[in-house]
Amino acid sequence: MLVSELKPLEEVLGYLDGERKIFLVGCKGCAEACQTGGEEQVLEMKEKLEGEGFEIAGWTVIDFLCEKALVKMKLGAHRSRVSSADSLLVMSCGIGVQAVAAVVEKVVHPACNTISVGGAQGEWPGSERCLQCGDCLLDWTGGICPLTACTKGLLNGPCGGSKDGKCEFEPEARDCGWYLIYERLKKLGRLDKWRNAPPLIKNYAKAQPPKSLRATTFWALEVEK
Amino acid sequence: MKLTELFAKGKFVVTSEIGPPKGVNVQEMLEVADLLKGRVDAVNITDQQSSVMRLGSLASCHLLKERGIEPVFQITCRDRNRIALQSDLLSAYALGIENVLCLTGDYVALGDHPDAKPVFDLDSVSLLVAARRLQEGYDLAGKELRGKPDFCLGAVVTPGAEPLEPQIIKMEKKVRAGAQFFQTQAVYDPRRFEEFMGQVKHLKVPVMVGIVLLKSAGMARFMNKNVAGVHVPESLIEEMEEATDRRAKSIEIAARLIREMKDLCQGVHIMPIGWERLVPAVLDAAGL
Repeated sequence: MLVSELKPLEEVLGYLDGERKIFLVGCKGCAEACQTGGEEQVLEMKEKLEGEGFEIAGWTVIDFLCEKALVKMKLGAHRSRVSSADSLLVMSCGIGVQAVAAVVEKVVHPACNTISVGGAQGEWPGSERCLQCGDCLLDWTGGICPLTACTKGLLNGPCGGSKDGKCEFEPEARDCGWYLIYERLKKLGRLDKWRNAPPLIKNYAKAQPPKSLRATTFWALEVEK
Repeated sequence: MKLTELFAKGKFVVTSEIGPPKGVNVQEMLEVADLLKGRVDAVNITDQQSSVMRLGSLASCHLLKERGIEPVFQITCRDRNRIALQSDLLSAYALGIENVLCLTGDYVALGDHPDAKPVFDLDSVSLLVAARRLQEGYDLAGKELRGKPDFCLGAVVTPGAEPLEPQIIKMEKKVRAGAQFFQTQAVYDPRRFEEFMGQVKHLKVPVMVGIVLLKSAGMARFMNKNVAGVHVPESLIEEMEEATDRRAKSIEIAARLIREMKDLCQGVHIMPIGWERLVPAVLDAAGL
């Protein structure tokens, strides 16, 4: 299971700056359990955004967002509403955000931070990875995580070792994560997201499991078993 | 002396570079440095180049400074977190080192300690941010410094990157973060370099074209295959192949490239990779 918490609303509103019509996506898996992306939270978000003057193009809660093929099919049922939206706001872990970004040709924003569970992870069938860094930056990077997609985990752009879209370390096996990000943003016409982002310096303190989580039975996995 | 002072005077700035030895025998490094003294404006000291563990850049810069040679302190984010990077920047300034080249650093697996833990807490952009913050009298945590450094901050760019746009976006970020000059990855194609310079004109920042001395046709082919953003044209490879005196040919090619690109940029950075002793001859042949 992945643990998530909602980002402060102001941060989410910052992502939506300049947009008007939003499609909301929740997840019936871990996010519903964490009360960050279940139906109840999606409807609360809908109300908050409408209160801020946004139009909600539609919403759906999918079980589970880490199942990319399912995400693609379920969002297919909402095709016209999704395509009428300026962007999608995804209320789930970093895997869910990346899975949605991979199947829709739209700007995708994260509504949550994925909290570190200190190594214990769920299983998902896709290629996306979430480091549970506690401070999701997928908004700036086209829904592709540079911490996991870039070999060096660089936050501000590619290094000099990117060649023909491949990472100079194991070019036969590794794409350059920043090349993927660049291609995605270019396709969406949103290179400005990266270009205008201030220099990112990560708060790695947030990548540690929080005290509040360590005190739960969830942390003590053997209790659950 | 800061390189920015020379750029401001309109001087075509010349730098070269030395890799410290693996070990503590610094004799040869200092001999080479003496050879470059007076011929170049400053000498870069690489920071565990290609992730190969060796004598440190900071100590080597200090040794050069003691001999009256202006060093450029190369500092990478591969081996140190933000605490150590900021501390080394302060240490450099305390030793009189003013020119700093901020790099991300190669991945550890490419070097001789592939089992090491890579750091990359910061990257080239955020390292520049950190250096500038120190100059403003604060560290990255916002704590006030007792005495602040005053650097000339440099960065690198790869004009031959494919695609080029991501490189330029990152270059823009480096300029905004505080980069005052750029040294480039090796360039062998003046026409392509001219196009690149046209695309970064808006940044109004001095660019020093990078020249790597060709040692053989094999080396050129190796770089074409393995080094991102470096392309040696077939004509140069043939020239190297046919040469009876490879050193003389290497000098000739480097000098020709410098002459062809001199008017396009504000300086040249010569990376001799072992052939440091040839640098004065390259400069003679290039008329510098």
